Amino acid sequence: MSVGVWEAFVLVLRRELCLSFRRPDQLIQPLVFFLIVTTLFPLGLSVQLSLLREMAPGVLWVAALLASLLSLDALFKSDADDGTLEQLVLSGQGLYVIVLAKTLAHWLVSGAALVLVSPVVGTALAIPVTAFATMMLSLGLGTLTLSWLGAIGAGLTVGLKRGNVLLSLIVLPLAMPLLIFGAGATDRAISGTSVAGALYLLGALCVLTCTLAPFAATAALRITLE
Amino acid sequence: MWTWFYRLASPPYVYRVAAGLTPWFLTLAAIAIGCGLIAGLVFAPPDYQQGDAFRIIYVHAPSAWLSLFAYITMALAGGIALIWRIKMGHAVAAASAPIGASFTLAALVTGSLWGRPMWGTYWAWDPRLTSELILLFLYVGVMALRPAFEDPGRGDRAAALLSIVGVVNVPIIKYSVVWWNSLHQGATVAKLGKPSMPGSMLWPLLTMFLGFMLFYGAVLCIRLRGEVLNRERQAMWVREALKS
Amino acid sequence: MISSSFWSMGGYARYVWPCVAFVCTVLAWNLWSALRYFAAARQRAARALAMAASDSA
Repeated sequence: MSVGVWEAFVLVLRRELCLSFRRPDQLIQPLVFFLIVTTLFPLGLSVQLSLLREMAPGVLWVAALLASLLSLDALFKSDADDGTLEQLVLSGQGLYVIVLAKTLAHWLVSGAALVLVSPVVGTALAIPVTAFATMMLSLGLGTLTLSWLGAIGAGLTVGLKRGNVLLSLIVLPLAMPLLIFGAGATDRAISGTSVAGALYLLGALCVLTCTLAPFAATAALRITLE
Repeated sequence: MWTWFYRLASPPYVYRVAAGLTPWFLTLAAIAIGCGLIAGLVFAPPDYQQGDAFRIIYVHAPSAWLSLFAYITMALAGGIALIWRIKMGHAVAAASAPIGASFTLAALVTGSLWGRPMWGTYWAWDPRLTSELILLFLYVGVMALRPAFEDPGRGDRAAALLSIVGVVNVPIIKYSVVWWNSLHQGATVAKLGKPSMPGSMLWPLLTMFLGFMLFYGAVLCIRLRGEVLNRERQAMWVREALKS
Repeated sequence: MISSSFWSMGGYARYVWPCVAFVCTVLAWNLWSALRYFAAARQRAARALAMAASDSA
């Protein structure tokens, strides 16, 4: 009984989401981390609202970046540990499709969750409500791009002993342009200037990464698993 | 026509050729760098706006160029190794990485020291400086990834993949001064048409570029021989090669 | 030519000379480090060959 490409995609996606929701603590932890880290900045730097507003985009984005990195380690790890990953590689289904599904599932439970929580954080950082739409859109595009970049890093470091440190070392330099554009978009929304340019750039980065990164992640998995 | 390509895949051939090239590269590099440095520091006229501080360009620009060139070499060699399964590609990539990283650091430090009198600051988060810093982090990432694997072949392939993914950063560095309003000056040398620098200033700079490239070639050949020995320790030809 | 104005670099001496010195250090480090790497590789290869020879002897 052979499974078509679309069915394989949906199957893997549903499996990932099922497994994720079975471990709710793993879902909540990055969110809590996100909230805590964004609290650290006002406590450490300044509680003046005007100053908070200025540093809000950067703080938001750095916190989202770090929170996403936390959960990236688990993208392939549990499957690699119990041998499922090798089964998936050998399954005969295109590895591209499987990686696509796994990464999308990962984003749905981590990045998308961050986007939904971001209004709370935005209020805490004195971001005006008018900027929320841009903030959420840019965070959505950014975390999606980050999930793809992280898939490459996760594929390269799966099975390594100090894998998560290396993962951060690999992914963060690649994510720096993303941070610049994303924080820039939110910053413009706060100050009221046009956000279209920054959002288009973010969108372009996202599309570029979403199309090319799965190839790299697939190649990475083949290298580390063969 | 492709025989020279396939010969480059042979470790003893690479080992011999590298040994032969090294003294040539080293001597020519020493001459070029010596002449270029003297010409640039002594004979080139001081700049109208920057005075004698502009002479930093004679060490800064070649370092920055080499940091990009070494990365591209590393990514290209890694790509060739991944696609055609030529292990010597991995050796070249591994040998290039520390050289390129050191020149990235040199570019950042000299640029910083140059920025202080010119722009009033040791550092600015502008596109070219930032992307050069990212390049340094990419080098560090590749150099950290390679030894992390128990199987060195796997480590080579993973590092090659990572360096290829990071090659996206290189055009960003090159074109950052074009795409964004940047503190950093635009292209003065690598432009189509006449370069915007007078000849007496330009020639020492070109000599320095040449000298640095030759130096890179020399150091690469030395490191490459070390890489080849490390990878081919068990092979038959090593016994003969070590006797010489 | 090698007058005091050369050494003072028009007042920018404390920027120009550290740059030149740093880059020369980087060049020297590259050469030294590469030679050391090669020498260590030779040693290890020689030792491996010696061990293989004594194993089969």
